[in-house]
Amino acid sequence: MNRKDWLLFLGVGLFIGVFPLVVLQFKAVSHYVDVMIFAGIFSLVCLGLSMLMGFAGQISMAQAAFFGIGAYASGILTSRFGLNPWAAMPVGVALSASVAWLIGIPTLRLKGHYLAMATLGFGVIVHIILGEEVEWTGGPSGLVDIPGLSLFGRPVTNDVHWYYLVWGIVFLALVFCLHVIHSRVGRALRAIHEEETAAEAMGVPTARFKLQVFVLSAVFAAVAGSLYTHYVTCLNPGSFNLMWSIRFLLMVMVGGMRSLWGAIMGTVLLTFVGNEWLQVFADFEVLIYGAILLVVAMFFPGGLVSLVPRWPGPRKDPIPAASDGGS
Amino acid sequence: MDSHDFGKAILELEDITMQFGGITALQGVTYQVPPDVIQAVIGPNGAGKTTLFHCISGLLQPTSGCVRMNGHRINGLPPHRITALGIARTFQHVALFKSMTVLENVMLARHPRTHSGFLATGFRLPGMRSEEKQIRESAACFLDFVGLEDDAHLEAGTLPLGKQKILEIARALATEPRLVLLDEPAGGLNMRETEELGELIRRIREKGTTVMLVEHDMNLIMEISDRILVLHYGRHLATGTPVEIKDHPAVIEAYLGEG
Repeated sequence: MNRKDWLLFLGVGLFIGVFPLVVLQFKAVSHYVDVMIFAGIFSLVCLGLSMLMGFAGQISMAQAAFFGIGAYASGILTSRFGLNPWAAMPVGVALSASVAWLIGIPTLRLKGHYLAMATLGFGVIVHIILGEEVEWTGGPSGLVDIPGLSLFGRPVTNDVHWYYLVWGIVFLALVFCLHVIHSRVGRALRAIHEEETAAEAMGVPTARFKLQVFVLSAVFAAVAGSLYTHYVTCLNPGSFNLMWSIRFLLMVMVGGMRSLWGAIMGTVLLTFVGNEWLQVFADFEVLIYGAILLVVAMFFPGGLVSLVPRWPGPRKDPIPAASDGGS
Repeated sequence: MDSHDFGKAILELEDITMQFGGITALQGVTYQVPPDVIQAVIGPNGAGKTTLFHCISGLLQPTSGCVRMNGHRINGLPPHRITALGIARTFQHVALFKSMTVLENVMLARHPRTHSGFLATGFRLPGMRSEEKQIRESAACFLDFVGLEDDAHLEAGTLPLGKQKILEIARALATEPRLVLLDEPAGGLNMRETEELGELIRRIREKGTTVMLVEHDMNLIMEISDRILVLHYGRHLATGTPVEIKDHPAVIEAYLGEG
């Protein structure tokens, strides 16, 4: 992590840390803690997606499906088989990772957006299975009687506790990802995004790295799904459809494709937009999302994170964007 | 004609044929590159020079024939494996990672000589930290070697073309190849830059790395190459030293046309 990351860490950490303390003082917005818990859970999904899409340049339209696999695996194992949630979570994660691996092997060998196509189909299939396998998933009427989470033998019931638990996990995941990005692996992912052939010629096993980062994104989504399950304690296939996959993509794009911080900012903003401020638009929600994407693409393509003011300090001389390689 | 006794070949091409649909880009090319030389590959446009480089580096699979490095067959292996085995290359059309810095471009090329994966880097295990330090240091050495150390922290895409070409070479060298393929390294360079390039290529050979280059700049070729392979319409036309090639009737004919 570099200097910029540490400063952001301090700033964002402080904000996340005091947020509930402040919000709970005002009755009208005290439920924002609940919204932020969802934002934290979605942030996990989006961190994985940011690694996959923003850094390695691969688009997945199935993050909601991996989120759903994690959620339903946890939900079914705990509600029907009485497994401890903390034991069910790794099962969901392993399942989600294996499925991603199976989808990734044939599609990620190829250059181009084959992953987007394959995951588009896969996402739809998962959504149908969740709706149709009534015996297991409860079908459209949902899966209920899912236990909550316990930590150190005590059930986590208080929203504030949930808030700190979820955001604590988000920060751990963020640190993990930042470390990866500023390393040999991160450079390889960025190189694949920019010049896949050159990356391969420099000795980067591009297919393997694309596969690994895709599996990583599925793991993050499944962890998030498991947390989601035990927070809301009932599941419905509607939370895991294509629209949700697109929402996750939007969150990453709005926040800034090439920044993990951006992924979190975009997720928080769009979660508030979706859960709080757009409810009145009901079915027109999709239009609003389209408009947001348009505005971002036109006016600040770097995403929200590009609006963060620069801090004083050694700064590189801006060089006019002159050559595009010439020849 | 093939009168070399430079010892065992570092690279052997055996009957390489490359067809794209109905077009034959290479037709039965057989050739051996001895170690520690500067080996030029020349020929008129469309002679199959770049295709030959693609076949050696694994970006293309030859339709038939065999590529061997130090006696081991390498065609059929994915490009990253071939790089790890010791063949690096540059690209005719600069293929840098433009939004990465000059230093990062070279650091990336340390990939085949380093090991840390997702878990080691994500959890910042001790081995990974020292490896990262080594990567940074050795990348800086390679920048020193080519003379780009002052530009280390600039974005690669912002460099002038001449420096981008040199950076491509630094990046290829950073994979520690035994054989480096330079695809038109002088393309787009001015005279002074070309002279410096010739100097750099000689220093690469002196380090013990065999250089194979495709080039159109005949002055450069004649000045620095030890051996020249001439391709014409995908076929092996002639082989020899610069002096032999300069006066070779078939080569003159290929370049100037039948008079």
